[in-house]
Amino acid sequence: MNLKRNVPDHDERMLLNTPFHSRLQKACELNEWEEWKGYKAPVIFTDLAQEYFAMRNSCGVFDLTPMTKYKIEGPDATAYLDKLMTRNMTKQRVGQVLYVIWCDDEGQVLDDGTIFRLTDKRYRLCSAGRHMDWLQCTAPGFDVEIIDETAEVAALAVQGPTSCNILQGLGWDGLENLKPFNITHFQFGETPITVSRTGFTGDLGYELWMPPHCAEAFWDKLMEAGKDRGIMPIGSRALDMVRIEAGFLQAGVDFVHAETTVRSGRTRSPFELGFGWLVHFDKAHFNGRKALYQEKTQGSPHQFVKLDVAGNRPAEHAFIYNKHKKAVGSVTSAVWSPITKTNIAFASLETPWGEAGTELYAEIYFLRELKWTREMVKCSIVEEAAYNPVHRRAVPARCL
Amino acid sequence: MATDTFDVIVIGAGHNGLVCSNYLSRAGLKVLVLEAAAQAGGACITRSFSEGFAVSACAHSVSQLHPDIVGDLGLESLGLQYAVKNLKTIALSEDGNHLSILGERVEGAQLSDSDRQAYGIFYNRTKRFAAVLANLAGKCPPRLVEGGLTEKLSLFKLGLDIRMLGKTEMREFMRIATINIFDVLEEQFENPLLKGAISFDAVLGAHMGPRSPNTVLAYIHRQMGSLFGFAGPALPQGGMGTVTQAIARAAVANKVDIRYNCPVKEITIDHGRAVGVVLQDGSTYSAAQIVSNADPGTTFKGLVGYPKLDSGFARRVENIRTKSDCAKLHLTLDGLPEFTGSSDAGQRMLIAPDAAYVERAFNHSKYGEYSSAPAMEILIPSVHDASLAPQGKHVMSIIVQYAPFMLRTGWDTQSKQAFTNIIVQRLARYAPNLPGLIIDSELLTPQDIEQEFRITGGHWHHCELALDQIAMMRPVYGATRYSTPIEGLYLCGAGCHPGGNVMGMAGKNSAAAIIKGRST
Ligand SMILES: Cc1cc2nc3c(=O)[nH]c(=O)nc-3n(C[C@H](O)[C@H](O)[C@H](O)COP(=O)(O)OP(=O)(O)OC[C@H]3O[C@@H](n4cnc5c(N)ncnc54)[C@H](O)[C@@H]3O)c2cc1C
Repeated sequence: MNLKRNVPDHDERMLLNTPFHSRLQKACELNEWEEWKGYKAPVIFTDLAQEYFAMRNSCGVFDLTPMTKYKIEGPDATAYLDKLMTRNMTKQRVGQVLYVIWCDDEGQVLDDGTIFRLTDKRYRLCSAGRHMDWLQCTAPGFDVEIIDETAEVAALAVQGPTSCNILQGLGWDGLENLKPFNITHFQFGETPITVSRTGFTGDLGYELWMPPHCAEAFWDKLMEAGKDRGIMPIGSRALDMVRIEAGFLQAGVDFVHAETTVRSGRTRSPFELGFGWLVHFDKAHFNGRKALYQEKTQGSPHQFVKLDVAGNRPAEHAFIYNKHKKAVGSVTSAVWSPITKTNIAFASLETPWGEAGTELYAEIYFLRELKWTREMVKCSIVEEAAYNPVHRRAVPARCL
Repeated sequence: MATDTFDVIVIGAGHNGLVCSNYLSRAGLKVLVLEAAAQAGGACITRSFSEGFAVSACAHSVSQLHPDIVGDLGLESLGLQYAVKNLKTIALSEDGNHLSILGERVEGAQLSDSDRQAYGIFYNRTKRFAAVLANLAGKCPPRLVEGGLTEKLSLFKLGLDIRMLGKTEMREFMRIATINIFDVLEEQFENPLLKGAISFDAVLGAHMGPRSPNTVLAYIHRQMGSLFGFAGPALPQGGMGTVTQAIARAAVANKVDIRYNCPVKEITIDHGRAVGVVLQDGSTYSAAQIVSNADPGTTFKGLVGYPKLDSGFARRVENIRTKSDCAKLHLTLDGLPEFTGSSDAGQRMLIAPDAAYVERAFNHSKYGEYSSAPAMEILIPSVHDASLAPQGKHVMSIIVQYAPFMLRTGWDTQSKQAFTNIIVQRLARYAPNLPGLIIDSELLTPQDIEQEFRITGGHWHHCELALDQIAMMRPVYGATRYSTPIEGLYLCGAGCHPGGNVMGMAGKNSAAAIIKGRST
């Protein structure tokens, strides 16, 4: 009996496909996918190590279409963003990208993201989470329009030392002169493509923003252009490794979006995440200003640190202890960094245990021949990201 | 232009703004009051609307003016006199078989003994409950969390006050405080007129029908008047403006500088702190503390502006319930109307023949319509006060429910005339000779009240009195206890604890909070 109906199997998740999906599917040999804001996103295509090294040594391509994108436009767009964000947004030039965080009334971080000033009165905000409610809630009193354009903009991150060369192969002359955190535009046939020198990898790299209709053709052209320079699609797992090496926090992993927390004390302020440099008190009113000013003068309950952990076992989810064997926090992200040969972790600690020079230990559990073993591993607080090569910032971009 | 310097600027010369400035100046502060209107009083004024007649244009009787304020400010020696006190409430019946209520006494309308007894119990019980509120009304409400010692004591005292009611009474308080007046009345009374009258008092000025939650609370709030010495409403000689004129005189005597025709356009804020105001005409004034007698909506949305407030707070302000259904009709009459079965048109008369009538009247407003059979409170103050009308003529002041702020078809001369006709026809059922006596009329819809008195939504209490918007939650989390998220900016109007009516406690408590704020 043929009961085939046009409905998904009961355990199949109904996920959206990005405009690159046909190409992702073909390349995704492991067929390992995850949900990302309602989209089907590859975790690993073929081999994690290969994807990781593609990004560090040649070029990785990551489909970031599912990243939430808002078009923010209107005569008051700048003033609006200046209230929304903790950073002084009046200083952003057209063609510039800024890293931003934004807070609720209590000065707790709702999310982080990047904001692209596309014209005088038009911006694009990219963020991990969806925020239409809060964006609208901030709009009264401003002449501004906010539109979710996630599905209207297909996006690729092209990252790694050979990325500039590969893109030049599309005829994009002059790309090497684009400075970090700057935006330019190129043509792909008839279609304009916005290019920013941004990324989540800490390496030379670009993000390309295009209309969905040209996504597949562009992908093919890009892969063709990069085949001699080690181009390779990469999944979220490899990206996670490189972003930790680069010292980038991930919303929902290294901190909880304030509006989704249930328990008290689980949110974090910018100061508690090492983002004090993004909070500018000397500007017009912004959300959380009063609470943040108070925190700045009175001190924060938590500190966020980068750790260099002894040994080579990633300290994932480990408790962190002080020298009195008291738990003072826990690890939010951890990875063994193949390129720097260091064992990196991010941790959120109670004040003052995050001060430089504090003696700390990570409690690492591991399974050895069916026996759980615990190790107290020494860690030291480091100020700089593990991976921060000169070519990441070089202008003109180094071409390989 | 302004070279004078002031310690405090009060925006608005409503009775609360004036009370507040009196107490501030008595504490040695230099106070400037800036009022948009040409006279003092806000929603508590006497004005003319027809040649030779004057009327209390918004509030029309005193039933909660706090004795402390009258005493502290010496209002009696400054002109506050009553033409009449303790008016009876007459619940009108079309057949003339009316019910009369004063304090705990109720008679007429073939009232059964059990109803009379039940009313006595009900009256005294709600009065005891009102005493809990009255105690709380006399001070700044305690902070819900993280309060200091005095606040903890104050919270403790509130708990104690409730506990001191006794076990049975406390249980009853907790039980009825959250249910609706309709259910309570059904439990306790038979007489429809009695139920109608009580339910009317429970919905007066609110976007509520007798079956709405919070109506018991509203009734108890109203009952506070009985603790302030008003068994029934009182009419000031010369109309309600007499009250605010007296408070203004006290203020002037206390060296408060009151300036009229000075609408404030904007509160100036520097790095999260209020530092002054800008008037509509562009002139500026500065002071270390700014107090707003305007309603919370006007203050935060209009004078501060949402861009200068945190988004979450702005959203809460936007969601404050300020919808009013209360209209005011003024009639000038060529003689005293005769109410069937009644010889005393000088009392407070209600058209609320039963609780279901009031609920049905409310139904319309839910859908943006005015009631086809409205409920009303009728006063003819000229019966007691010859200053309000030429000899032999009278002025009638009627509070009419329900007339929605947003009428679906829009308020214009046509819809206002149509609604006026409905009201007059309804009145004629009780006073058949009334229509023939009418010389002139004036209907104030909630929109007109918003316009004339600068009250968002035209709301009686500036914002709804309900469990989620009272005491330490009034008007809204983030702006309670007279302070606001803007340092140096305070509230002192009806939108604060303990709410509206011509009472003065919001102004008095606010002054105390401001004085305290200066010392810390
Ligand atoms: C229809 C109706 C009938 C009522 N009947 C009664 C009654 O019979 N008895 C009773 O006790 N209560 C009654 N009330 C309630 C009572 O009128 C109010 O609760 C009370 O008057 C509020 O006083 P207030 O001083 O807090 O505010 P308001 O009286 O509203 O005063 C606020 C003042 O601020 C001024 N202001 C606002 N914005 C600005 C600005 N930008 N610049 C300068 N000045 C500004 C206004 O002009 C006004 O003078 C009634 C209310 C309504 C609507």
